[in-house]
Amino acid sequence: MGFNRKDLLGTRDLSVVEIRSLLESAESFKEIAERPLKKVPALRGKTVVNLFFEPSTRTRTSFEIAAKRLSADAVNMSASTSSVVKGESLIDTVENIQAMAPDIVVIRHGYVGAAHLVAGRIGASVVNAGDGANEHPTQALLDLLTIAEHKKLEPGLTVAIIGDIAHSRVARSNIWALITLGITVRVCAPPTMLPRGLENIAGIQVCRRPEEALAGADVVMMLRIQLERQDRLLFPSIRDYARIFGLNRRRLDLACPDAIVMHPGPMNRGVEITSEVADGERAVILNQVSNGVALRMAVLFMLGGQGT
Amino acid sequence: MPKMNENRICDSQEMDRLMTQVAAEIMDRNKGCQKLALVGILTRGVCLARRLQKIISETSGQELPLGILDITLYRDDLAHATHHPIVRKTEIPFCLDGATVVLVDDVLYTGRTVRAAMDGLIDFGRPQSIQLAVLVDRGCRELPIAADYVGVEVPASPQDRVMVRVEESDGFDQVTVTPRSLVSVSSSRGE
Repeated sequence: MGFNRKDLLGTRDLSVVEIRSLLESAESFKEIAERPLKKVPALRGKTVVNLFFEPSTRTRTSFEIAAKRLSADAVNMSASTSSVVKGESLIDTVENIQAMAPDIVVIRHGYVGAAHLVAGRIGASVVNAGDGANEHPTQALLDLLTIAEHKKLEPGLTVAIIGDIAHSRVARSNIWALITLGITVRVCAPPTMLPRGLENIAGIQVCRRPEEALAGADVVMMLRIQLERQDRLLFPSIRDYARIFGLNRRRLDLACPDAIVMHPGPMNRGVEITSEVADGERAVILNQVSNGVALRMAVLFMLGGQGT
Repeated sequence: MPKMNENRICDSQEMDRLMTQVAAEIMDRNKGCQKLALVGILTRGVCLARRLQKIISETSGQELPLGILDITLYRDDLAHATHHPIVRKTEIPFCLDGATVVLVDDVLYTGRTVRAAMDGLIDFGRPQSIQLAVLVDRGCRELPIAADYVGVEVPASPQDRVMVRVEESDGFDQVTVTPRSLVSVSSSRGE
């Protein structure tokens, strides 16, 4: 069996078969972006509500394009323009949306578990587009799809994830999926940005210095430094962070000669990654964005194409 | 290999003969056509389209472009499917505008697959014309669709199971019909 769930809430509990079937399906959806007429009728008459309680351009646009290319009706709601500002609770908001009979609700929320809470309350399929620092499954899956264009997704591959691991749902979702596939994950961050207990999880190597994480790595995944959190002083200064943890040409040379460089965006150029690397020939950052649409089409199709 | 109680309609040799005949008819009808192309419907239609391409290349020296079409996203029964059909890759590596396209499938039955395939094709451009070639026409249409080239007609009731097996995906070439009385209740209807 492939993927047969009501919701996609995270990668942590996905099986190898589920991950592979989502990726295989996404692979087939890539071609639609190259057609003169970028639309298929698969989700005609279905309604997809994008419910974003946190700012987002890339992810929300990506879901919206994916839904529209499948002929679904996509409705966007952001917290800043909704009744949330009038004090409505999350449950009330989604129950009102449920009353309008959507087929799929894509939700991003600042609190861990928000998508799970909503999924348990409504009949529509729920896609977690980010819940606090917990999970962002479609980002991890599109990252895997991008890796698969260059490398074999199987044990023996080494992925280095460098940056603010503690606050990153992208890192979490990637780590869970990569471990499930038996891929070696190296993580590296300032100690203030490293969740405790990570080293006890099988398949994860915690590195103190980026040089250690990069040595011979096949894939380098840089995370965004969340400058908006800098009031909590997780590192001495942005300059120090860039000097010690930033990815530059010299550091990248430590990785495999054909290593690829990824970043979930939005990038802080000159902080976690230099422009030279971000625009270099090994960067696949824009491929990630293109693949995001195909992957989300696969997810929406697999959740919404189903009869009820 | 053939199971008991299946009536064999054709074997490998016979299938070769039928495909050669279909290829000849395609070339005869489209004589002088500058933009002739084959598009196989996944899965077995693609195998058969490749065979037609090979036969045509051997007999007339003409190399016809070949496309692959997955019709899953165009099916009219998606809302009723109980589990997810796998979406496979569509590849149309040539321009369809103004082309004469021969759609190729193994069995023509309700016509719904062909309807979906035509919708799919038209999303890639505006062909001059679309023709349909099938190895087996088993009748019982639910849509007003007819094939231009038919290998063999096998009148069968909806309860009968018509099965085409091709070497590329099944290991051997064969067309069989299992009469209704012998089709077990649990098995899906063959197409």
